[in-house]
Amino acid sequence: MTTATLGGMPAITYNFAYLDEQTKRMIRRAILKAIAVPGYQVPFAAREMPMPYGWGTGGVQVTAAVLGPDDVLKVIDQGADDTTNAVAIRGFFEKTAGVATTTATTEATVIQTRHRIPETPLRDDQILVYQVPIPEPLRFLEPRETETRQMHALEEYGLMHVKLYEDIARHGHIATTYAYPVEVAGRYVMDPSPIPKFDNPKMDDCPALQLFGAGREKRIYAIPPHTRVRSLDFEDHPFEVQRFAQPCALCAARGVYLDEVILDDRGGRMFVCSDTDYCESRQAAGHRGEMAPPDAALPQPVSPRGEDATRVSDDASSDLSASARGRPAGAGAGAGTGAGTGAGGTEAGHD
Amino acid sequence: MGLALGFADPVFDSQSAFRAAMWALARPGRLEPLAVTLDPPAPLSPEAAALLLALCDFETPVWLDASAAAVPEVARFLRFHTGARIVAEPGAARFVLITDPARMADFAEFAQGTPDYPDISATLVVQVERFSASGLVLEGPGVPGVRGFGAQPLPADFIARMVANRAGFPLGVDLLLAGAGHVAGLPRSVMVREG
Ligand SMILES: [Zn+2]
Repeated sequence: MTTATLGGMPAITYNFAYLDEQTKRMIRRAILKAIAVPGYQVPFAAREMPMPYGWGTGGVQVTAAVLGPDDVLKVIDQGADDTTNAVAIRGFFEKTAGVATTTATTEATVIQTRHRIPETPLRDDQILVYQVPIPEPLRFLEPRETETRQMHALEEYGLMHVKLYEDIARHGHIATTYAYPVEVAGRYVMDPSPIPKFDNPKMDDCPALQLFGAGREKRIYAIPPHTRVRSLDFEDHPFEVQRFAQPCALCAARGVYLDEVILDDRGGRMFVCSDTDYCESRQAAGHRGEMAPPDAALPQPVSPRGEDATRVSDDASSDLSASARGRPAGAGAGAGTGAGTGAGGTEAGHD
Repeated sequence: MGLALGFADPVFDSQSAFRAAMWALARPGRLEPLAVTLDPPAPLSPEAAALLLALCDFETPVWLDASAAAVPEVARFLRFHTGARIVAEPGAARFVLITDPARMADFAEFAQGTPDYPDISATLVVQVERFSASGLVLEGPGVPGVRGFGAQPLPADFIARMVANRAGFPLGVDLLLAGAGHVAGLPRSVMVREG
């Protein structure tokens, strides 16, 4: 137990990082097996957390199980550190574990994320914890858990390829832009959580340890550092990431994932880094996009992305429904504006 | 005779030993420091004891090799501090303590998991005396390129055992080699050859 004194009130004791020790041990054992069998979904006895499922209770439980007093925690929600969800989870661990927190990717030892992988390359002493709404990549092809387990056991991934190929037949390209399935270490097909497929290549040979927690479906899976992660594709339709036509309007970064931000009700808009820490670090280093504020306005980068902006991250709707699979509600770029990557004018196209 | 003490700070000592085990399995063959604070009954080593106290409880039956089972204090110590059942049937164990690695039982004796649930498999805590960077060449998830690794003592046919363990992937056992203030992991995913 750890003790915290709040505002001069009598000391309140919590379990360190909220979970009791037996629960942490159970989750820790699941994490070890998940690492030993990369991409395989280990069942675990998920606990009720003091937050709704859509808030990433699986990721929160994984974070709680790995976190130690010397860790520095960063929490991002679609790339941003300042959304309601990210702020709440950061506050939860500040209160229950007393850990230091940061918004800087480079300072963090544990990064809990919903729907993005940071643009700043990760290091081999970092742990990336993903919040996962639906861990089973085969769920929409086969709803029965007993069947999907067997498909994984027999490496029967033909249906998944058929599904992707149907995309090609219908759209001329693979239309899946989020939660794009990957093959881990040449064996298990895995759902990378609803990150944009733009982020998929960052999982391959990543120096950091990647852990995935699904609270409602009670699954933990992992990608060890330096593991081969291959996005499923076809010889005649190789996997490609989204490309953006223009650089970030605030920091001029290219080759990063951009969100569309609506500036006014007259159609004004701009495209900015989804990774707020990356964008702000670049601005602090003097990089200026075409809509960057004048120097005097720093260090507060003009932030049309605050809580009242249209770059909405809708926490409550984060759980995916089957029908929303291709374009999860609340996932990724400009979800609140309907200007997702797939639909946005930013995509150079797949071909 | 009193019972040897457990962790001075169960919450943080458990977390720290778990993190060492986690990184060890995530980066096969790389040595992770393991705090040596326990004074368990011999032949149980402080490093192996730290891992077992951090990871075992009433949900994880533990099997002891012959030299550990020969000393009743070892079972008493583990039962008292973890609540784990000590089982006579190796296949029923989720954690296995090997204190005499040169004579370790065949991996096939231990739970390998099932095709649907490969996680229902044993983790072997193997006590070694020292580590080196040669003898074995490791490759696979968690290893950038290849990594040289060695530990002593190990059975003469250790490489052949690890090759057989890998051949059964995703079934198999996972090894945590503990000693000399460190832990190193050899998960079932690792490919081991001589070098
Ligand atoms: Zn930017």
